[in-house]
Amino acid sequence: MSDTVTFRVHRFKHGDAASHHDSFEFEPGPRSTVLDALTAIRRTQDPTLTLRHSCFHASCGTCGMKVNGQEVLACVTNVRELGTGEVTVDPLGNAPLVNDLVVDMGPFYARLNAVERPLVRESELVTGARTASGIPQPLRYEDCIECGICISACPIAATDPEYLGPAALAAADRVREEPRGGDVPFVLGLADAPHGAWRCHVAFECSEACPSNEAPASHIMQLRRSLIGRRWRALLAQPVGAGR
Amino acid sequence: MTDRTAPTGRTALPDATAPSRARRRGVAGWVDVRGRRLGGWAFILNRVTGLGVLFYLYLHLLVLSQLAIGPGAWDSLLKNWFLNPVFLVLDVVLLAGLLIHGLNGIRVSLVGFGLVVSRQKALLGAFGTIGAIVLLIGTLMFISHGG
Ligand code: HEM
Ligand code: SF4
Ligand code: FES
Repeated sequence: MSDTVTFRVHRFKHGDAASHHDSFEFEPGPRSTVLDALTAIRRTQDPTLTLRHSCFHASCGTCGMKVNGQEVLACVTNVRELGTGEVTVDPLGNAPLVNDLVVDMGPFYARLNAVERPLVRESELVTGARTASGIPQPLRYEDCIECGICISACPIAATDPEYLGPAALAAADRVREEPRGGDVPFVLGLADAPHGAWRCHVAFECSEACPSNEAPASHIMQLRRSLIGRRWRALLAQPVGAGR
Repeated sequence: MTDRTAPTGRTALPDATAPSRARRRGVAGWVDVRGRRLGGWAFILNRVTGLGVLFYLYLHLLVLSQLAIGPGAWDSLLKNWFLNPVFLVLDVVLLAGLLIHGLNGIRVSLVGFGLVVSRQKALLGAFGTIGAIVLLIGTLMFISHGG
């Protein structure tokens, strides 16, 4: 039995009428990842294959893609463990396609910026960590690595281009939990909208797919709970007869 | 007060109405089960059963309207159609649809309002089990009454 795996890779170049898949053979080692395979294919078989990656260790969030139909970080997806002789690789969904496996992350990042989330956590500074002298105290970043996997996995994002999406809503909830100077009423106002937290239909696909422990669906539900409280308080604060 | 909608140092949301190459799959994105997990299936089934039960409601009213024609029309409907084993199977399908939609609806309402969020998977499992048991009992009842 041959250990060679066939990679069916999504291809699209600017000007193409439609996308297609190209097949490449790759022989994975026991620890080869999908990203290893794709970079090897680019190096030895087709230098025009385009993909995004940087860190190779699940930190930068650039290598999100669909492998055999499921959203993963290619850099930590072991080829052998997929257990299929053929591996299909597609770009993330619900985002504008740029090239082969590359999608435009601009709209996604803009939503994250809109909820003005700070990146460093205050509540969980890594106080126990030992540092060499002269090296500053390590910081604890937010869990979300901005990979866009959640919005690709979301069935609602498939039909609602205005949906704020799991990552941005989770980020908004983090601002609520830890404002760190953020404008909480403004952020909650963005979330308390038809295309905000109320758009979700509780499929939890985002949390299932998220590679970074952010649990965006749970954040959306917490956010809703606090938005309901906010609405009640606003209602009760109204003077009797107001709004008539 | 600064105008919150204008990007003053803030990034404005992208214009969602601009034509894009967003490759949103549209309605296909709802019903495409490839790669989907339990909660995704629950979402799809809820949608399909919701529409199915809605369709059934109209069908049901149509059938009931035969009563207005008279007892003869109704009796012949019963004899010629509803005692047929095919309708027994359809009854089971209807019960399954109602159970899936109703129980999942309770789950969606609870979790969607921020309750039982951390145990949502267990809730899904519990409702799934309850639904399966009721479906089994219901099927046995259909068989014993229809036979
Ligand atoms: C047994 C009691 C029922 C409960 C607890 C219930 C609950 C729900 C809930 C919570 C939703 C929203 C789901 C979501 O956000 O994704 C929903 C959607 C819907 N329901 Fe029901 N429902 C019930 C009975 C019915 C009946 C009898 C019909 C038809 C006559 C129906 C038709 C629909 C339809 C068409 C939708 C929209 C589907 C969607 O948006 O995916 N439901 N239901
Ligand atoms: S919430 Fe998770 S899946 Fe979504 S962008 Fe952040 S890390 Fe990626
Ligand atoms: S290459 Fe950085 S997350 Fe995969």
